[in-house]
Amino acid sequence: MEKESFLKRYGLLVITGLVVGAAAVLLTAFGNPANMGFCIACFLRDIAGALNLQRAGFDAEQGAGIVQYVRPEIIGLVLGSTAVAFAKKEFRPKGGSSPMTRFIVAVFVMIGALVFLGCPLRMVIRIGGGDLNAVVGLAGFACGILIGIAFLKNGFSLRRAYRQSMAEGLIFPGLMAVLLVLSLTMSDLFLSSKSGPGSMRAPVLLALAAALVVGVLAQRSRLCMVGGIRDAVLFRDFRLLSAFAAILVAVFVGNLALNKFNLGFAGQPIAHSEWLWNLLGMVLVGWGSVLLGGCPLRQLILAGEGNTDSAVTVTGYIVGAAIAHNFGLASSATGIGTGPVALAVVGGFVVLAVISAVNLQKLEG
Amino acid sequence: MVDARGYSCPTPVIMVQKAVKNGSPKKLEVAVDNQCSVENVKRFARNAGYQVQLSDFEGDFKLTLTK
Repeated sequence: MEKESFLKRYGLLVITGLVVGAAAVLLTAFGNPANMGFCIACFLRDIAGALNLQRAGFDAEQGAGIVQYVRPEIIGLVLGSTAVAFAKKEFRPKGGSSPMTRFIVAVFVMIGALVFLGCPLRMVIRIGGGDLNAVVGLAGFACGILIGIAFLKNGFSLRRAYRQSMAEGLIFPGLMAVLLVLSLTMSDLFLSSKSGPGSMRAPVLLALAAALVVGVLAQRSRLCMVGGIRDAVLFRDFRLLSAFAAILVAVFVGNLALNKFNLGFAGQPIAHSEWLWNLLGMVLVGWGSVLLGGCPLRQLILAGEGNTDSAVTVTGYIVGAAIAHNFGLASSATGIGTGPVALAVVGGFVVLAVISAVNLQKLEG
Repeated sequence: MVDARGYSCPTPVIMVQKAVKNGSPKKLEVAVDNQCSVENVKRFARNAGYQVQLSDFEGDFKLTLTK
């Protein structure tokens, strides 16, 4: 039996992880919000804001909220994936695997992420910056993944996807391209924060370039933050987890080098210290992401490859972000939201439990 | 034959894992429809001591696992 070499097994994933971590530190140094060089949840939320689906912290004088911006990072990730998928003949449009179920799960994953204040990728970036609240989030994230795995082992599946037309597969990457062109040429169309996290931005071309590179690498390496813990538990496969670790190392070293490492719970950038909600928010994210088959970053990459189920999932994230901010569920640096946070999170657990239970099947084989 | 077409990972690997556990067959055919699943099933099968052959299957992929 030929043995896979260590380099082949881990090389691309570790390189991808290091590049993602370095890009996050770089983009932060050039203007992105602290410990948020790359946050899929936060940036989709900003896009929701730019489209006026939410106007959190709206200031009448400025005519904008605090989290509104067409983030080129999101667009770059998707288009980078699309480009390399075409080059490698991996652009295969498919979909139809319980799209509405995915939509609902995605809404709750986003609500959980905004209660915690970050997607799994930002969670790792926050840990690398010394934010111990994110370690609490990681504990919740791991718990959520374990719950999801229990259902996977018992036959959970959102059923088969089927081949779709090229046109169907191209819609999502096409929308991203149109959004990019419009945001560059007719920026007045979109709402744009003058203060708050949405106003903190790396230069557009730098953000776009970094995201394209990460998009290409993430497509090739199948990087997934949820897959890391999932595969380690399910198959004793530590490949994806090695990328997780590489991101952490790159961010940690980058922050040390720039003298931005700050260990502690209090006063962390765009974070709060209500541990119970940091924990529960990430349980929701971990569990929901296992049901969806990947973290928010992975869903963007898959949507870029023509997976329309993932495109529906990303749409669910955007709607979830709008709901989270419009109903006071999203946290801020001062603490959890003023809306019915407990109801939303517990309701999310009930919804995920029902979806997990009704989709148990006897898988052939 | 384990037909895992249309399923995304980790489901194809779980299906193969089940098939291998249920009687550890000398030969097993697995159909998948995406490159990511090809890599994952291949990796799992090799670790379980199988040799893997990849072929085309109605425009998708077929992995033939033999011991």
